[in-house]
Formats: sequence, structure tokens, C-alpha cells
Amino acid sequence: MSTVLQVDNLCVGIASGNRTPVPVLENLSFEVQRGRTMALVGESGCGKSMTALAIMGLLPEGFVVTGGRILLEGEDLLTASRRRLRSLRGNAMSMIFQEPMTALNPLYTIGDQIGEVLRWHRNLGRADTREQTIAFLRAVQIPAPERRLNAYPHQLSGGMRQRVMIAMALACKPRLLIADEPTTALDVTVQAQIFDLLAKLQDETETAVVLITHDLGAVSELAHEVSVLYAGRCIESGVSHEVIEHARHPYTRGLLACVPHLALGRQAAKVWSDLGEIPGMVPPLGSRGPDCAFLARCSYADDICRARPQPPLDPAGPQHTVSCWRHAEIAA
Amino acid sequence: MTASTSVPIQNQDASAVLLSVDDLFVHFQAGKTSPFKPASVVHAVDGVSFRVRRGTTFGIVGESGSGKSTTAQAIMQLVPATAGRIVFRDKDIAGLTGEPLRQVRKHLQIVFQDPFSALNPRRRAGDQIREPLDLLHIGTRSERDERVRRLLGEVGLPPQAADLFPHQFSGGQRQRLCIARALAPEPDLIVCDEAVSALDVAIQAQILNLLKRLQRERGLTYIFISHDLGVIQQFCDEIAVMYLGKIVEQAPAADLFAAPRHPYTWSLIAAAAPPGPLRDELTRRYLVGGDPPSPINPPPGCRFAERCPSVITHCRETEPHLDSIGVEHYAACHRIRELAPPDINALTAS
Repeated sequence: MSTVLQVDNLCVGIASGNRTPVPVLENLSFEVQRGRTMALVGESGCGKSMTALAIMGLLPEGFVVTGGRILLEGEDLLTASRRRLRSLRGNAMSMIFQEPMTALNPLYTIGDQIGEVLRWHRNLGRADTREQTIAFLRAVQIPAPERRLNAYPHQLSGGMRQRVMIAMALACKPRLLIADEPTTALDVTVQAQIFDLLAKLQDETETAVVLITHDLGAVSELAHEVSVLYAGRCIESGVSHEVIEHARHPYTRGLLACVPHLALGRQAAKVWSDLGEIPGMVPPLGSRGPDCAFLARCSYADDICRARPQPPLDPAGPQHTVSCWRHAEIAA
Repeated sequence: MTASTSVPIQNQDASAVLLSVDDLFVHFQAGKTSPFKPASVVHAVDGVSFRVRRGTTFGIVGESGSGKSTTAQAIMQLVPATAGRIVFRDKDIAGLTGEPLRQVRKHLQIVFQDPFSALNPRRRAGDQIREPLDLLHIGTRSERDERVRRLLGEVGLPPQAADLFPHQFSGGQRQRLCIARALAPEPDLIVCDEAVSALDVAIQAQILNLLKRLQRERGLTYIFISHDLGVIQQFCDEIAVMYLGKIVEQAPAADLFAAPRHPYTWSLIAAAAPPGPLRDELTRRYLVGGDPPSPINPPPGCRFAERCPSVITHCRETEPHLDSIGVEHYAACHRIRELAPPDINALTAS
């Protein structure tokens, strides 16, 4: 197995005048192998999307990478020139955004938009571009691709638009694909279709996928590995079924307990029992001290948690690490 | 409109029914494609009937474009009903305007999906919660202020929150404000239109627990609209599944997930089932492909015919009625007696 993406101690902050940048991401490390899927999970404000944008070199104005390395097949993306990044984006790495309506240009047909990727990176001619575009639309299971080529984004349904985004992202067979909540804007039956499609295409192309999601329950079947982020820090990571089945960090446990999962058959719950809730909310930027970021919301918080800074990721089982002082007691 | 599409009425205690929707139609003009053709019509809601009992939660589930939000807006009189009756507290409220409508809204409130656009960014939170009280002339000035403070406490916000502006709150807190505003006139029925869909999972659980606690304490009735079957199952007593403007199946929550009867319900359940061998089996057999078709000038016959794996010619020609198939269990499918429902109990047991 070869490593496609390696993120090493990545730190991102918001520049604030002359003072030190306010940290958004702190010491984030993970790796993605060829043909594997890595999931980043957490609530909004935890830094999932910022990680994706940092990898793509698309951080919004004001955000700066304050430390660490991002290696794409050994090439450091943080020191790469803008010209080099431009030729990598869409070619070696690409991204599927959450909201397909805003990610597509409403003024161009979808044929133009998928074709642009091929013309730019592959220098294909007009006829070849058209032929390839049709092939990609067919690969993402869009019916009547010859006619859809000339359709504008507003003429397509949400599911179709997301398929166009996938076709566009995979047009140059990238080695790394970042999918930022690719199905949140879609209906449930369409969500299942999109995930099936992504899995099928991944099998064919052996693309490494970084999947950003807030649904921890669904992670075990969508991803091989998972990292749970909280307030810009990775608090638990490992092989997905291991993390889901033996979650150690109180936050991961809370996330798993607060999603009402569908129960089927006669044993389906008939009486309402309150959902497990995590009180409070993610601490805002700038008010995150060196101690455990989850301290204020944690029901297991103890003197040791208050007295010491957030612990480093500690092995908690085979291919499973967790950042919690009390993880051994919690597991017991 | 055809009377045959209405739900067969069971002998229900009349006083227990708080809201009864009879054969509701909501159509919109969608502009002309050619000056010589008649304007096309969006059939957003097409003959929907249901009853909501006092103190219970009625869930409506469906994909986007199924007409669930339009149904909610028609009940609230936010869009005009094209036809049909909406009987609330033994009075037909369809088509009411002005002061009579205002008096109805004292008992009928709504919580919207997006707490960011549902609050006025230029007014303080306390003023916005007080607004329904001011408009409905409830209590004296000091009583209203007192009630605002009490409401903030009930939804779990500190009294100082009254002086803040919406941008100073997080998404979950804003939804709490919206709930406090809906509670202010002490309504009987609150329509929750995707009230938790825009929130993070952890915050979603907080809001659901809050809504349930308020229901217990105040005997509230909810119409709860969502696309998330997991949430719907936990939260609702009775559930209607909508597809393209029609109810295709309606049943008490326990029955719907133990013995679903409509092929569309099977597909929804397959898509939402927890991961595992059961889900693989369900998706293989029952998950349908494609997108819901457009509700503009829908073809005759069953609305689901285009995507249904069990479709026969009859389905494309004649529209099925919502028939009673069990105790308070209704389904609209021509082949209901032939199609064997998925044996979920056997599958979950194995």
C-alpha cells in the first residue's frame, strides 16, 4: 500500500493583526493510503472543512497555515508554487463540495464545466473532450448523457448536480478525492445512490478518499479509518469499526448516542426515551486553552483533566488512539 | 375534487381530534412554456387528508418536493389552499384572513427549518418573542415582559438573552428562541417544519429533548415534518409518508416500521436502515433508483409508478386510493394484496 496523502502536525490559524494567530486547527496528523477512505467527523466549527481547504490550498483570506506539512505522494503542498498547485488541483487532487448548486457555475452548461477540466489538464481537443465528457456522465449514471451535456445546472435535480460534481472531480482520475459532506443536501434515497456510486468508482480508480461527515453512525460502512475532531483537535482516531464499536472518548460516545437511529421490526422502540445529549456547544475560536477542549461539556471531567493540558493521542487498542486522561477508566 | 381520495374516517372521539385536514389541494401556476398553451400547474399537494389527535405528534415524512412543507404552510394559512377543508378546533380555517385568522394563530404556531432566516436580525431576541403577545393583545405590558423571561427559562436560555440580537446566538440557541416565540401565545398545536434538520447532531438531540419535555408539560400537539426517518420514528405517534403531493401510507409509528406496506416506504426504510446485513438485504431488494419526478402536470396513475420496481400497466393508468389495510393503517397501492411485504421481523431476528 502506498501513502497518497500525509498530513503532519498541521496547524491553521486566523491572522489577527499583529498578535499571534488564533488557532483553528492544532497538530492534526493523519494518512490516507491508495484506494482507502478516511473519514473526518465532528460538529460544525470543529475544523473539518478547514482541513479540506488547507489540503487543497484554498484557505479563505485571513487563514494561515502556522505549522506542519501536507504531503501529496511525497510532494509538500505548503511550499509548492501557485502555478504547481493550480496544475495539481483538479488533476492529482480534487474536491466535491457540499452544496452542488453553488459549486457549479450557473452560466455554463455542465458539458462545458466537465470539459474545462479535461481541456485544461489533458489538452484534449473539442471532439475528444465531448466524447470523454459523455463517457463520464454515463459512468456517474446520468441518463441520456448526450442530451444532458447541454443542460444548465438549474435544469438538473440536486442528485443529478451532485453526480455532475463527482464526474467533474473524477475526470482526471485524481489520486486524492476530498468529499466534503457530499450528500447532506440530498434526499435519503439519493444519498444511498451517491455513496454506492462513490464506492464503485473508488474500486475502479483506486483513488484515496477523505470523507468529511457529521454522521458518525454511518462512518463504519463508508470509511476504513476515522478521525474524530473536536475544536480543531483530533481527539480519537483509528480503524473505523474499532472506533465505532469501542469508542473511548466521551465526545465520540456522545455523538454516537445522540443520533436517533432507525429501529426496525417488532422490537422498534414505542415509547419516547430522551436522546443522549451533549450539553453546551463547541467552544468558540479564541477561547480554547491548553486544557482539554471538551472539559466544559464532559460528564467524566475530573481533577486530573482540569490540572493538566490536553493529553496527546494515546494508544487505546489495536489501531486505535484517543486523547483523554480517563479513557482507561471509561472503557472499563 | 374527487371524494374517493379521502381517508376513510374511523369512529374517533370527536373531541380528541384537534386538527382535521380533508382533501387538501394546493396548486401553483408555474408560467407558460408557450403563449398558446395553458400555463402549467405545480401539484404541490394533491388530495391530502389526515387527523391529528390532541396531545400527540403527527409526523410527515418524504423527500424534497413531496409537498410536506406546503402542507404545513397551508395549515398555517401561509399559502392559500386551492381546495379542501382545514378544521382546527371544530372550525374550518381555510381561507380565513385578517382578525379571525389572527385569533386562530393564537392557538396555532410554527417553527421553521432555518433559525437564521426565521429571526429578524435587527430586533432584540426578547422583542421578537414578545411580538406575538403584543399583536394578540395578551396581558399587560409588565405581564408580557414577565412571560418573555419565563419562556426564555423554559427553553433553557438565561434571562439576559432577551437583550441580545440574533447574531449573538448559535444555531441551536436561535432555534430555542424560535420555539420560545412559538410558545408565547400558549398554542395548542405547533407545526415543526424540519425544525431540527439544519442543526448539528448534538444540538439536534438537545432540541428534540426540549420539544418532548414541553409536550409532556403543556400537553402540546405537534405536526412534525422531517426527511429523517430515525428522528420521525423516535418522535412521532402517527406517521404519514408523502410522495409527490400525496400520502402513500399512513400508520401508527410502531406499525409503520414493523410492517410497512407501500413499496415507497420500503425504499425509504432501506435507505435509512442502520448499517449491517439487514440493510444490505433491504437495499438490494427494495431501494429504488432515480429521482422523484417533477410535480408539474404529473401523469395519470400512481405517482410512484415511474420508480416502482413492482409496477404493472394498471398502475400507470389509474390512481390508487388510500385504503384501510389494518387498524389505523392506510396505504395507496393497487398491488397491496399481491405484494409480500418485507419480513422485517424475520430479518432482524436472524
